[in-house]
Amino acid sequence: MLINQFLLLGAVLFAIGVYGVLARKNAVLVLMSIEVILNSVNLNLLAFALQRSGEDAAAGSAFALYIIAVAAAEVGVGLALVLLIYRNRRSIALDELSEMKG
Amino acid sequence: MWFLENAWLIPVIPTVGYFVILLFGKRMPLKGAEIGFGTLAASFVIACGTVYQWIQRVDHYSAAGHEGALGTLASFGRSIIPAQAEGGHEVAAFVPPVIRQWTWWQVSDFKFTLGIHIDGLSVSVMFVVTLIAMLIQLYSIEYVKGDRRFTFFFSALTLFAAGMLCMVIAESTVQFMLGWEIMGLCSFLLIGHWWEDYANARAALKAFFTVRVGDIGLLVGMSVLFFSVNGWAQENLGSDGFSIFAISGWALSGDASRTVLLWAGVALFIAAIGKSGQFPLHTWLPDAMAGPTPVSALLHSSTMVVAGVYLVARLYPVFFEGFRIGDSNVNLIAVIGGITIVIAALLAFVQVDIKRVLAYSTVSQLGYMMMGLGVGAWLPAVFHIFTHAFFKACLFLGAGSVSHSASHHSFDMKKDMGGLWRKMPITFGTFVISTLALAGLPPLAGFFSKDEIIDNAGANGYRVFQIIGLFGAFLTAAYMTRCVYLTFLGKPRGASAGLASHGDEEHELDDDRVLVDAGVVAASVASHELVDTPAEGAVAEGEAPQGPGYDTDHVTVHAPDHGHAGDHGDHAGDHGDQRGPHESNWLITVPLVVLAAGALVAGFLQAPAFNIEKFKEWVEPAGVALLYDEGEAVQAGEELALAAPAEGEGEAAEGEAVEGEAAAEAVTCAEEVPEGSACFAPELTHAEFAWSKAAISILLVLAGIGLSGLVCVALYGRRDARLAGLTERNGVARAGYGFLLNKYYLDFLYEQGVVAGVSGPVARAMNWINQNVIDGVVNGVGKGAVKAAEATYDILDQGLVDGVVNGAGTVAEGSGEALRPVQSGKVSLYGALLFGAAAVGALILVIVV
Repeated sequence: MLINQFLLLGAVLFAIGVYGVLARKNAVLVLMSIEVILNSVNLNLLAFALQRSGEDAAAGSAFALYIIAVAAAEVGVGLALVLLIYRNRRSIALDELSEMKG
Repeated sequence: MWFLENAWLIPVIPTVGYFVILLFGKRMPLKGAEIGFGTLAASFVIACGTVYQWIQRVDHYSAAGHEGALGTLASFGRSIIPAQAEGGHEVAAFVPPVIRQWTWWQVSDFKFTLGIHIDGLSVSVMFVVTLIAMLIQLYSIEYVKGDRRFTFFFSALTLFAAGMLCMVIAESTVQFMLGWEIMGLCSFLLIGHWWEDYANARAALKAFFTVRVGDIGLLVGMSVLFFSVNGWAQENLGSDGFSIFAISGWALSGDASRTVLLWAGVALFIAAIGKSGQFPLHTWLPDAMAGPTPVSALLHSSTMVVAGVYLVARLYPVFFEGFRIGDSNVNLIAVIGGITIVIAALLAFVQVDIKRVLAYSTVSQLGYMMMGLGVGAWLPAVFHIFTHAFFKACLFLGAGSVSHSASHHSFDMKKDMGGLWRKMPITFGTFVISTLALAGLPPLAGFFSKDEIIDNAGANGYRVFQIIGLFGAFLTAAYMTRCVYLTFLGKPRGASAGLASHGDEEHELDDDRVLVDAGVVAASVASHELVDTPAEGAVAEGEAPQGPGYDTDHVTVHAPDHGHAGDHGDHAGDHGDQRGPHESNWLITVPLVVLAAGALVAGFLQAPAFNIEKFKEWVEPAGVALLYDEGEAVQAGEELALAAPAEGEGEAAEGEAVEGEAAAEAVTCAEEVPEGSACFAPELTHAEFAWSKAAISILLVLAGIGLSGLVCVALYGRRDARLAGLTERNGVARAGYGFLLNKYYLDFLYEQGVVAGVSGPVARAMNWINQNVIDGVVNGVGKGAVKAAEATYDILDQGLVDGVVNGAGTVAEGSGEALRPVQSGKVSLYGALLFGAAAVGALILVIVV
């Protein structure tokens, strides 16, 4: 099995995700982009796991599962934050959030 | 054998139907209802075929006898046919289940599989689930007509059935859990179908979370079993520790540790308690009545609540060995079941909401099933699942029919029903048949299952539980008589007398019920006429049961108590409300008639009184030892080897088909099994049927009906002065009534005691620690630091450090000024810096390494 395709797809997804994080102003879309990044990483992990056998392969899959679980928690917290921001400001445009300006 | 091997279609078709309804339902002429009904009808047809072929398979094995069933293992000496102690009939042949599996996903060498495990138990339950789900879909077409989320309702209803069917035919515990959780999700969606009303949303959440408490048990029990069974299963059967068949064999193999079995059994039983509404966690079930009536019918008859009982029945060897059901006279399952029977039956007496009476009745009947399993009456318990589904679905649909066509969506028996038997003959007839079946009068279905449970409890040495069962039968007969009386007999009241549809008419209420507040009545009438304001109507109706004069001395009608309000608003004006009470149309009566017919005749599948024991022959696995052939079984280490020797070659052609051999010699599991063999079902005893024993329960049932009928006529009909108002005059009666009305204060205990009790003290304790411990430490450290600081200030600070600090300060200020633009506060800029830094780091890594 060619690993290249998986890695290539992972890289493309990663790039799309990074673009989304940087260019989008909508907080929900940024969260979604972060998911895309995480999943591109998962794809890489699984692609490498396929090259191995036995315990290593299982470790790769388990790691991917672990990331999925963490990502779920991350979305939970992230959406809660977005909700609170929306309640306070009636907007979830990230570029308006500059209270932390130095 | 096509149907047996392709039984996987049964859950798959409704699952596909679910997605089709979601995607295309709204564009269909019937808005998706036809897909839901169609897919379940297709599943029902396949289930019928499966039943037929399973019976053929059983007959094949029975006819072949032990020699024929042995097949390739004929060499194994056929020496030990045990003499049966009682009866003297031959040991039945073990009919191997049809097992197929497909890899779901794979981690290195380990495969998680989905598959089918078709045996008597799954065949009987799948038949009843598909039949009832199909009828309820038909019923719903009329019942939820005009609902805002009509299409979504049908999609969820279809997925619900699919989840149950997925669980029923589950080959592995993973798949079992998958179906189990799908049902949990769908119950949440459907109970909260009218979520605009807060009480409904709350009931849905309560159901979901209460069941989740139990689900932890399923996860734990499953994991415990997996790690204990896996080695044995791989070595002996070539399957894995998730396989239900392997777990059964392992539990009975004698290799199993009692402790593991006990704790796995306890954990799984907790899951069953949550799902099946057994004693400590039964509180969600009556609240689940907030959903539309078809949902209640489906939830309470054949799916969802039966799942817990099914879990215990499916993995029965674990419980049988873990709790030593065979040789004890008390155990956890029987105790919980027994308690549930009585407390739920008592609660049913104080309900005024017809659906709640039926809900508590369900809880009580589930108690019977659980107790039956606990006392070793596996077959009667499974048979009770089978028969109960018919008459309980019929009762719920009957209640729905009354509220739909006669009482303006009210479920209040005292306020809006009565005297309907003349107006709704079909509903009345089917309701009465089902009531008698539930009460357990021969020859209706309930008698043959319930009486067998009670009888076997006694025969297996569980005397106390026999008495509890008999007492429960009496209570069941009594509260159902009250329910029938209030609903169909007596004088018409409220909406069923055609009052609510004429707002200007004065309500003729009985003297003890003060006139319902005119405003509330007006609002409820308005809600019938204004199709577009269901929410308002719902709120108004929701308050109606709490209106003045409504048994006001009994405090706290819980919020979910008026959870049916949504019924009202959503249906407003969708059919001829102005006609007054009338019989429902054929979409509603056809399911009623079919189910009532089932309640009439289903009992004759297993009627020892008439020498019919078909259900036992088809469903109960024989407790005989099977020899598993290691050499053949472990091929490629993946397929569980089991199939009929007769068509072994045919199945082998299909790559995925499980084949191989495990054959029987008539060594019952009560004895020492030979090396290399195991039992896959415990050896169960059956009580001999005798009319003399049955007579006791029949008499009790008749007494219950008679006594309750008399009290009802006196109390509700003639308003006998001695009975009416007894709960206000007599302190003991009032206390008991209040205790029951508040559901033993269990809800109060859970919400005020557990939830508030945990969250409050934890917060207070944290606050105390914060105030005293942490603050004390901080203050102490602070004081010490001040002293030390004063000393150092004069010596070190002023002289040496200041110079350095001033220099550093100047540097920091300068660099800060320079870096300040970077801290723009813009998240995307921060992100860009982060990724940029990561990219630079990666570049360095690549170059250096």
